[in-house]
Amino acid sequence: MTMKTIRFILVTFLVAVALNACREPEEIIPSTETPVGSEDAGEIAGFFLLNEGNMGSNKCTLDYYDYASGIYRKNIYAERNPGVVQELGDVGNDLAIYGSKLWAVVNCSNLVEVMDKNTAQHIGQVSVPNCRYIVFHEGYAYVSSYAGPVEIDPNYRLGYVARIDTTSLQVKDTCVVGYQPEEMVIANGKLYVANSGGYRVPDYDYTVSVIDLDSFKEIKKIEVAPNLHRMELDAYGKIWVSSRGDYYDIPSMTYIIDTQFDEVIECMELLACTDMTLCGDSLYVYSNDWSYFTQTSDVNYAIVDVKTHRVVTRRFITDGTDAQFQNPYGIAVNPNTHEIFVTDARDYITPGKVYCYSPEGRLKWSANTGDIPSRIVFTNQRLR
Amino acid sequence: MILSLLLTLLLSVPDTTEVLTGSVVTAFRPPDKIIPAQALQGEQLQRLNALSVADAIRYFSGVQIKDYGGIGGLKTINVRSMGTQHVGVFYDGIQLGNAQNGQIDLGKYSLENMESVTLYNGQKGTAVQSAKDYASASAVYLRSRTPVFQGGRRTNFKATLAGGSFGTVNPSVLWEQRLGERVSNSFNAEYLYTTGRYKFSYRKKDGYDTTAVRQNGDVRALRIEEGLHGRIPDGSWKMKLYFYDSERGYPGAFVREEPGKFRHEDRQWDTDFFAQGSLYKEWGDWHLNASFKYAYDYLHYLSDPRLDVSTMYVDNHYRQQEAYASLAQEYKINGWWDVDLAADYQFNTLDADLVNFVYPSRHTVLTALSTSLRWEKLKLQGSVLHTFVADRAREAGAAAESRHHWTPTAVLQLIPFRDKNFTIRAFYKRIFRMPTLNDLYYTFIGNKYLKPEFTTQYDVGATWEKSWTKGFLRNIDCTFDAYYNEVENKIIAMPASNQFQWTMVNLGLVQIRGIDAAAGTQLALGPVSANVRITYTFQKAQDFTDPSSPWYGGQIPYIPWHSGSVITGIDWKGWHLNYSFIYTGERYEAVANIPENHAQPWYTSDLSLSRAFALGAHQLKGTLEVNNIFNQQYEVVQCYPMPGTNFRLILSWIL
Repeated sequence: MTMKTIRFILVTFLVAVALNACREPEEIIPSTETPVGSEDAGEIAGFFLLNEGNMGSNKCTLDYYDYASGIYRKNIYAERNPGVVQELGDVGNDLAIYGSKLWAVVNCSNLVEVMDKNTAQHIGQVSVPNCRYIVFHEGYAYVSSYAGPVEIDPNYRLGYVARIDTTSLQVKDTCVVGYQPEEMVIANGKLYVANSGGYRVPDYDYTVSVIDLDSFKEIKKIEVAPNLHRMELDAYGKIWVSSRGDYYDIPSMTYIIDTQFDEVIECMELLACTDMTLCGDSLYVYSNDWSYFTQTSDVNYAIVDVKTHRVVTRRFITDGTDAQFQNPYGIAVNPNTHEIFVTDARDYITPGKVYCYSPEGRLKWSANTGDIPSRIVFTNQRLR
Repeated sequence: MILSLLLTLLLSVPDTTEVLTGSVVTAFRPPDKIIPAQALQGEQLQRLNALSVADAIRYFSGVQIKDYGGIGGLKTINVRSMGTQHVGVFYDGIQLGNAQNGQIDLGKYSLENMESVTLYNGQKGTAVQSAKDYASASAVYLRSRTPVFQGGRRTNFKATLAGGSFGTVNPSVLWEQRLGERVSNSFNAEYLYTTGRYKFSYRKKDGYDTTAVRQNGDVRALRIEEGLHGRIPDGSWKMKLYFYDSERGYPGAFVREEPGKFRHEDRQWDTDFFAQGSLYKEWGDWHLNASFKYAYDYLHYLSDPRLDVSTMYVDNHYRQQEAYASLAQEYKINGWWDVDLAADYQFNTLDADLVNFVYPSRHTVLTALSTSLRWEKLKLQGSVLHTFVADRAREAGAAAESRHHWTPTAVLQLIPFRDKNFTIRAFYKRIFRMPTLNDLYYTFIGNKYLKPEFTTQYDVGATWEKSWTKGFLRNIDCTFDAYYNEVENKIIAMPASNQFQWTMVNLGLVQIRGIDAAAGTQLALGPVSANVRITYTFQKAQDFTDPSSPWYGGQIPYIPWHSGSVITGIDWKGWHLNYSFIYTGERYEAVANIPENHAQPWYTSDLSLSRAFALGAHQLKGTLEVNNIFNQQYEVVQCYPMPGTNFRLILSWIL
């Protein structure tokens, strides 16, 4: 019996090794298809979705939804770019299309990835340390970055905005702004950037920097509120800017800046905002406002009429399916179909989900995404 | 020798750290088999191609080491998938603490002066143990060398110089001196420097193939230990001063970047000091052990954008202090029945220059009552531990409410057959870990409402051993354990509203079903003697936290279903050849068991050859090690590449 025990252990071990030992060459992970249903969306062919991936995991990935075939395809970058070392990179923060190119701002890889929007294939990359968000204007890309020059005290380190030639992919100029700049908008030949100061707790930045695009110099700082983040420009020359608050006493709020006089004209005190997107006159705002006092988040899904500054609804998801969201993380509205897309980052360490809602707020479909789905960008060119 | 002087001043405090059997010189006692235990000791330990305790522990079954790579990378132990913070690590009998985050970096503990490394599942089951010995789900005991003076010698002296790949230089000295009939002194100092640079490759089939060099992985570390060992009538005492000072770089995760563009210059400085001592004394049937410890740990982390523009400025200093005292006693009621009572008190403080920091401190009172019954065929042990924890904070209302819990353990050992070498054992243990001070109070992340994280273990196993005095086969021993563990109220970090804001919550539920098996044998064939030790581990560790999650029931991160190790030693005419093999099967890097998170198996083979030469009255010993012979490119932790083939040469001069 005892020799048998030994033999059993030995055999079990050897079999286990034999079964598992084979270390195959690492494969490039193929994309995964989820059929979710097609739709006629006019000239909008589909959308790209950027998954952030957790810091240090190098798991920033790109997904694509195709309206014609109704297929949601997860993780398309790696298989289309087998030669790009370490794939898309670490922590994707922003995604945008300008002309024929698709731009992904990859924060912890310290670069902006430039792809062909028709193929999602690598064209080039632009090195911008600690890059955050991207906007475009007249042949230039503008990328906000935390990594401004270090003065005597490294605690006081301003951020900057880099101006990139979208053809040569070269950084042409930089303009120093406030602390830890986030989203930007461009209006009247001026670039507005929301400074957060998120690394300077409790001394958050509370300004919007205004850059004159001719001279590419900061011409003004508009005082708004602590810890600014999101920005949307409406058709009436007004900028909607979100303040994240301090997570203790000051809750998240939304402010409105007039671009003619460059000053705050209104504070929407009861409009907490984690992210927002504009479609026509409707500003879709969701909030997931965390408070350390209560150790809870207050979640809202609101639509604001930017013409009247009135909150039209605080529940644009009408069928109650928002109850299954763990951590709403991104929002987009198809300008043609008015379908609403909300992403859920769940627990951040497992794949998230994207939910598609009808304009009436009823769930149409959902699909698994990569880790921490965040930005959605619509494309008018079907991915080849 | 200032340390010695200091010690003599402190000498009025009697102490010892381990239960000694009445003499200064104690040979290593094999662990009590009533509880599953695995040990590596003496020559076998020294012959492993292992630099730190972490490298040695990899050879135990039921154990996963998380290794961030290189000499400087964090190395923590996870036993039977219950989590790092459930493993108590004891150095010379007294627990190493880290109230801040509850994890001990085993890479910081050198094997240079280590006599044995023992792992207990459940708890140690020796006589007269402190309440802390009952207080973790599993425990690792590190025992440094106790001076042994052979043939009337008064001095032992050993100087060692080791060096090898990654620009590693590692000199050390050991000096043991008999100070009198009853007292001996031991002094040990070790210095380690490594550039931490090594090449690694990432290859994809039909895709990219890149080779890079690990940067900013340099380590400089100095360790000094000074110990006094003494004997008293029917007892002994022991005292130790420990000092560790290091500076290291963080090589960071290997992620996509423009090669060589950013330098990754963030660094960490550690200064750890502790003084500990204990006293053991027997008065007839009443045995007593008293211990104390004071520890001070300092950690400085700096990330400076002036050195690497891509980083943000972080300059944090953390200071931890711990005071600990324990009194344990045993009363032998008769030949087969003992009763033990132990009471420990511990005080921890944490000081950090973080915004809105509450400066927490913690009082812990542990009381353990245990009894053991021994008959010829049956041994029983039962214990109950009471834990009382009270936290204080500088700001009113910031501290968590105080807690107290009762937790039981029951152990059974049975010798069912006439063959006394076959034993069956079983244990049940329920224990918890308190949320660490970081879990509760770390600015922005901490949550003072956290509950303790509980583990429940059920284990059934058997051991068999047989020895022969002649023939080819000299010894065989086998152990086999099957277990079921549950971790409830698992403390996990959850995102609050964006990626930069996390908070700690009691959410997790993990169920672990596993098998640990080990077999060893000793063989002799003429002038050749050999020993082989094989371990195998099976673990099914599933996350049952969220029934609505599509990943419900998934294997938890970094736990392979299959893992194992082989250690083989061959001795021939003064030559020692050692071969060791480690295998870690496929696993996932996240609870979503999907291809994106899949990690390939890895297995490494290490070889070492050593020989001692007489040099007049002295001895010279040389060892050559080759690690990862087949140059496997692997990761233990995602994005943290491990070194390929590397070498080490060790020369020791023994007076």
